[in-house]
Amino acid sequence: MESCNSNCCVQCDAEVVAIVDKCGRTECNLIPILHQLQRSMGYVSNEAMEKVAAELGISVAQVHGTATFYSLIYTKPHGKNVIRLCDSPPCHLQGSGAIRDAITKAIGIEPGETTSDGNFTFETVSCMGLCGVAPAIMINDDVYGNLTVDAIPSILEKYFACCCKEGC
Amino acid sequence: MAFYRAHILVDSGTAAVLKGANAVRNTLIEEIKSRGLDKEIKVVETGALGLAGAVPAIVVYPEGVTYANVTVEDVPEIVEEHLLKGRRVQRLVYKDDTPAVVKAAGSARSAEMRVVLKNIGVIDPTSIDEYIAMSGYEALAKALTAMTPEDVIAEMKASGLNGRGGAGFPTGLKWEFTAKADGDIKYIVCNADEGEPGNFKDRLIMEGDPHQIIEGMVIAAYATGAQKGFIYIRGEYQQSVANTERAIDVAREMGLLGCDIMGSGLNFDIEVFKGAGAYICGEETALLASIEGFRGESRVKPPYPPTHGLFGKPTVINNVETLANVPHIIVNGAQWYSEIGTARSKGTKIFSPCGDVQYPGVYEVPFGSTLREVIFGMAGGIKSGKKFKAVLMGGPSGVLVGEDALDRRLCSEDLNPGAGALIVLDETKCVVDLIRNCAQFFLHESCGQCTPCREGTKRMVELFDWWAAGSGSEQDLMLADQLATTMALTSRCGLGQFAGVAFKSSISLFEDEYLAHLADKSCPAGVCDMDKVEEEVRA
Repeated sequence: MESCNSNCCVQCDAEVVAIVDKCGRTECNLIPILHQLQRSMGYVSNEAMEKVAAELGISVAQVHGTATFYSLIYTKPHGKNVIRLCDSPPCHLQGSGAIRDAITKAIGIEPGETTSDGNFTFETVSCMGLCGVAPAIMINDDVYGNLTVDAIPSILEKYFACCCKEGC
Repeated sequence: MAFYRAHILVDSGTAAVLKGANAVRNTLIEEIKSRGLDKEIKVVETGALGLAGAVPAIVVYPEGVTYANVTVEDVPEIVEEHLLKGRRVQRLVYKDDTPAVVKAAGSARSAEMRVVLKNIGVIDPTSIDEYIAMSGYEALAKALTAMTPEDVIAEMKASGLNGRGGAGFPTGLKWEFTAKADGDIKYIVCNADEGEPGNFKDRLIMEGDPHQIIEGMVIAAYATGAQKGFIYIRGEYQQSVANTERAIDVAREMGLLGCDIMGSGLNFDIEVFKGAGAYICGEETALLASIEGFRGESRVKPPYPPTHGLFGKPTVINNVETLANVPHIIVNGAQWYSEIGTARSKGTKIFSPCGDVQYPGVYEVPFGSTLREVIFGMAGGIKSGKKFKAVLMGGPSGVLVGEDALDRRLCSEDLNPGAGALIVLDETKCVVDLIRNCAQFFLHESCGQCTPCREGTKRMVELFDWWAAGSGSEQDLMLADQLATTMALTSRCGLGQFAGVAFKSSISLFEDEYLAHLADKSCPAGVCDMDKVEEEVRA
């Protein structure tokens, strides 16, 4: 915890305690707790995991093991906008590979990476149940389907970081 | 209660919303209001109508006219012509005016037969009143007042209902195991972790008619003596989580969940458990581990969940579609139900054809319908005038079948439908590319717990990568076949056991295509990038 200044830790600890109290102080609430932590803090930090373990009376290894097992729980900071591209067979067959290349071209990063300005994280994921409109992506909670390579720049446009409050 | 002369249902399923259904709905409301019709016409949001290829879509009642591919620009015309003047806007009417929703049970074999999906696109999924108006919770009332728990189990067994998640275990028998198991605490778990690529039927049920699942679960609780239920919904299905949670809250308010349900003395409540992104949690024991707060790792069976399930207690785990069938069986009787379908596969099955078909979507047909009826009759056949090549049945863990299977019947006696996905390939698709992609999926989703699956999926991808890069050899085919067999025999759970099934089923069917990749180093479909340097690939 060397990198963490004490002020942030106090805040983080208080947040964890509040969430643990809300979800219930038992180990079977671990996944709901992780969901909530991520919602309020953006990701689940090592410090937060240690505090959760202490609060629930379980090992840090168990919290860490569970948190890192699931793809929707982030244990590292991610971009402001998360682009999820499905690459399971229904989307793959309808050309998700070309969509991947178009996204990479538009934002300059490969799947698994985050842009240097912290605006985008790009990842490939397994089926999101959008097979009827393949190929599909999700950006944060928004779904986009029946994608074509040409549609990508205009979809991404509204997620680009803006230089003014109103948006450019 | 206000009386409206017409209702307009707006398909607000995920597919429709992303194609602008919300804008269509808003324009519709504004347009109706601006013409002073808002006291006469009600706009209702509903679950997906099952027209994924033709959304946004709306249905105007009482006429039951479906308009497909509706844009914001079309709205004034629909309001002006249809609602004001009573003339249909023919250019937008879906498929010659055949309403896509609610086709009467017992219609011709080639048509859709909606039992589980009968309310989808008809009722407002957020309204319990509309569900009740469509005979909702009648089955629960019948079970609680006129049947003993033993009667319910006997009825379920007599109906012949088998699980719809893919494995097809008899539901009544499963319930009986749990009912007879010792224990004060028992659980009902609904497996709504629909993660098998190509499947999106459970999502439609949860988004369009969530009370059906709740009703099925309460009946299961009554039959087995369970007090607590969980609906495990995958984290990606946010709309499903929202609609199901809302339905549970309303049902609880009305005394259909909680203490002393319908005055019967039955105590049962349900909680939604939101998954966190792991395909393996669709496997029942991994799902239980996940609810308990652990990594989603499968457990060795036996003991099986009906006797040793959640927290070690007797637990019924049923798929969404399975539970949604329950109220219909209780209301209409096992006799009625067992007359639908074939000798060994009773009732209807929901299919989700996708891929290279004209109208991907969700269709419900009696078991025993042919593959051709679903793919060509309902999904409109192959799009863009191309030729049919193959179908991956049920998803990556299913078998690949070719043209000669089109007239086979979808039932356990003939062609096993799995969970219902039909991933359709046209002639331009490459089988090696598909199989390689399936292998990548399993590699990504293997939980890593057992060696055959963790290592096997890795080696499988490695082999297929070589083949798709022009570095395969004919001996590799036998090697991959052996690997798939070993994984099937030694993996701990279904994930590894089924990871090689699609590949094995495709060898004899598409031998030429494999040999073209392996011996001639060419991809007949021109999909694989065959000209990588051999040393580089196999290093």
